[in-house]
Amino acid sequence: MSKVHVTTTVNGDAVEFLADPRETLLDCLRDHVGLTGTKEGCGTGDCGACSVEMEGVLVCSCLVLGVEANGKRVDTIEGMSDGHDLHPLQRKFIEHAALQCGFCTPGFLVAAKALLARSPDPTEEEVRYWLAGNLCRCTGYDKIVRAVMDAAAEMRQEAA
Amino acid sequence: MAKDGLTEFRLIGTRPDRPDGLDKVTGRARYGADFALPGMLFGAVVRSPHAHARIVRIDTSRALALEGVKAVVTRADLPDGLEGEDWDLQENTLAGDRALYDGHAVAAVAATSRLLAEEAARLIEVDYEVLPHVIDVDDAIRPDAPVIRQGAADASVPEGMPPNVVRYMEFGHGDIEAGFAEADIVRERSYRTEAAHQGYIEPHACVGQLGADGAGEMWVCTQGQWYIRRMCAAVLGLETAQLRVTPSEIGGGFGGKTTIFMEPLSLALSRKAGGRPVKIVMSRAEVLRATGPTASASMDVRIGMKKDGTITAARAEFRMQGGAFPGAPVDMALYCAFAPYKLPAVQHIGYDVLANRPKCAAYRAPGSPMGAFAVESLLDEMCRELGIDPVEMRLTNAVREGDRASYGPTFGSIGLVEVLEAAKGHPNMAAPLGPNQGRGIASGYWFNHSGETSVSMAISEDGTAQVSVGTPDIGGSRASIALMVAERLGIPYEDVRVNVVETGALGVNEPTHGSRATFASGKAAVVAAEQAIAEMCRRAAAEWGIDAEAVEWVDGAAQPAGPNAGRFPPMTIAEIAGKMGQTGGPISGHHEGLPEGVGASFGAHVVDVEVDPETGRVTILRYVVVQDAGRAIHPAYVEGQYQGGAVQGIGWALNEEYVYDDRGRLANPAFLDYRVPVASDLPMIDTVIVEVPNPGHPYGVRGVGETGITPPLPAIANAIEDAVGVRLTHLPMSPSKVLAALKGRG
Repeated sequence: MSKVHVTTTVNGDAVEFLADPRETLLDCLRDHVGLTGTKEGCGTGDCGACSVEMEGVLVCSCLVLGVEANGKRVDTIEGMSDGHDLHPLQRKFIEHAALQCGFCTPGFLVAAKALLARSPDPTEEEVRYWLAGNLCRCTGYDKIVRAVMDAAAEMRQEAA
Repeated sequence: MAKDGLTEFRLIGTRPDRPDGLDKVTGRARYGADFALPGMLFGAVVRSPHAHARIVRIDTSRALALEGVKAVVTRADLPDGLEGEDWDLQENTLAGDRALYDGHAVAAVAATSRLLAEEAARLIEVDYEVLPHVIDVDDAIRPDAPVIRQGAADASVPEGMPPNVVRYMEFGHGDIEAGFAEADIVRERSYRTEAAHQGYIEPHACVGQLGADGAGEMWVCTQGQWYIRRMCAAVLGLETAQLRVTPSEIGGGFGGKTTIFMEPLSLALSRKAGGRPVKIVMSRAEVLRATGPTASASMDVRIGMKKDGTITAARAEFRMQGGAFPGAPVDMALYCAFAPYKLPAVQHIGYDVLANRPKCAAYRAPGSPMGAFAVESLLDEMCRELGIDPVEMRLTNAVREGDRASYGPTFGSIGLVEVLEAAKGHPNMAAPLGPNQGRGIASGYWFNHSGETSVSMAISEDGTAQVSVGTPDIGGSRASIALMVAERLGIPYEDVRVNVVETGALGVNEPTHGSRATFASGKAAVVAAEQAIAEMCRRAAAEWGIDAEAVEWVDGAAQPAGPNAGRFPPMTIAEIAGKMGQTGGPISGHHEGLPEGVGASFGAHVVDVEVDPETGRVTILRYVVVQDAGRAIHPAYVEGQYQGGAVQGIGWALNEEYVYDDRGRLANPAFLDYRVPVASDLPMIDTVIVEVPNPGHPYGVRGVGETGITPPLPAIANAIEDAVGVRLTHLPMSPSKVLAALKGRG
């Protein structure tokens, strides 16, 4: 199948690649752009390990075709920290031991960041429902929810 | 809460950041599918769509004709003559004359892109002659069931057993009939649990490379790189030492990544493709259809009890299918089933049965959750009937140090009584319950495995230390091992780097399984550190011109052991290390062995549920895990094991099951339909870490990883009965089953 030239912006950088029209955005990020922080856990939009933001909207990159990213802005886990300065969510995940194997962690962080952008002071229930599309098999979610709540509190304090 | 009161450590018991945390929150950590090599090909696997079928013909010509396809392998490419477990592994890697389950690999292909490989796999034509199949364990044990494999039974199976029984066991002690005669009530019930999958979020992935000279390499997500090496070598007929296996970061395993599935195929394809490396990444559907879930079980339990709650006798007969190969964990299920109870008489009978399902693999405390579901459920019912508090009954019968275990050996130091006392005093026990709400409690048990262990450590020129371990870090073991080594060396936690290394770097290691990593690699690392300390003391003694025995190691420095040894200022690890090139060369330590002194771990869980009488849905309101850790090296990751285990158990109890259609095909090979718990299903999972130190470990460690999955199954069943008065005996306790039970109640 002939390939399509895709021009996009990933984490602020201009990126070009040739995509087979059957390839997902997840495939393109991992195989063509070389950003393997975004993970495939299911390929069917059920686990959230491939969460990225496209044009500021949280999506499962396994459910988006690579060619759809043409002309769009994509943000992944690799763009979450500011150089060495970790995003508060990243710091709180380490501090709260909110990861064990760490495979689902990029997806959780990207999804949680999208939550805090729209709801800076979420209830525990809100966090749990927002993150219901992200599967974690190691932690039982307890420490993840605590880390997100704590990061939100810190971000509110910084904003105040 | 430590029994010995000796908890004054500098680092043990603190909660520093894990050393691999930064890589894992930034996306830098490299997992199985993240690895690539120059010239790499991509593999795809052709799988049987039938539960049981004769393979009549495999035509690979159309696939091989496709431009970019470099190799195809079938069973004909693998060596003959394997026996026992090696044959089972080879047969599971690629089917021989018959496909034994839906998803069984039949052929594999390598091509220049993943999409091309998938297209080529679709072009491989396989003609099947469909055979009768059997899925359910009780169906499979019938004398007239379709036979999975003649001659698969081992010597334990008596003459005249049905053909799919491949292992049989019977053990116990005491006079069982006298015990039942002594009881005030004797009750018996049957229970069933369904197959569940470990559900690690990372699908299996590997890159394999094998040349014509028989030397190869592999990068793979695994719990045990030496197991991968040995099993791949056996299946392919290679010399073990010629294969070098490097573990990637691992995205969960829970037992399911202690064996091989498609890994040998990448090597076989590479060999046929002129030695080009071949990457294979499983899809989620492949993971569910063709890796190793746990067994399903059908169980009968009979217990005799006096009016005061004393158990007089107990009997269990468990039947488990573990797929088309021997290995259902019926033995472990029986060992653990009555382990929390001191029994004058007990009898265990077990059947390992073949069925047309994937070859089961270990899943967190393999077997124990099923047995606990049966035994802890029946005990709860008997407590209700007699009006006895279920915690008091458990304390009345609890095993203590020196007691004979239900499965034979005598218990050393154990913490079951301390666990039950802590559960009894937990605030959740006093929380008020509303309508349709109920509380359940159950105990659970798992061992602590030792296993082949090799560790080395080396002091660097600046006095920092590197530790090489062979047990992949799944849940924070780098942190716990670094804490123990830093504690012993008397240096900062940050000065120790723990590396999980490849098979070429150490002697043989068993995987991270059996709750062993922090116990076994940790103990070996402490021994290695002590060797380095002894050498550093010798170097200081030589410089001071005194006997090495007159030097002691205190707070990261050598110092004279007393006033008679001489007066010298302490010599720090950095000073000794800085001149080691002039004082005798590198300073290191290593340990190889089977670390002794394992410490088993008991737990008890208390759960509050609410049952919706309209829908049958069960909601977890409160949950607390109480478990003996021996000593928690890094308490946050001990809590994480407790919480994660409990939630896997909750999923198994309420939702998760392998569903087969009438043709024996897995009907739910996706996370949408194989539904694991999500964040909105759950409350916070409270934990209580009980610490009854294990005398067999320098810091008192017990295995903590597995016990936690065991109590949730019965605890939730017990809570449902407490809430709405119905007893469920068949997992999962899904809304439809609960609703049916409520309707049956009238």
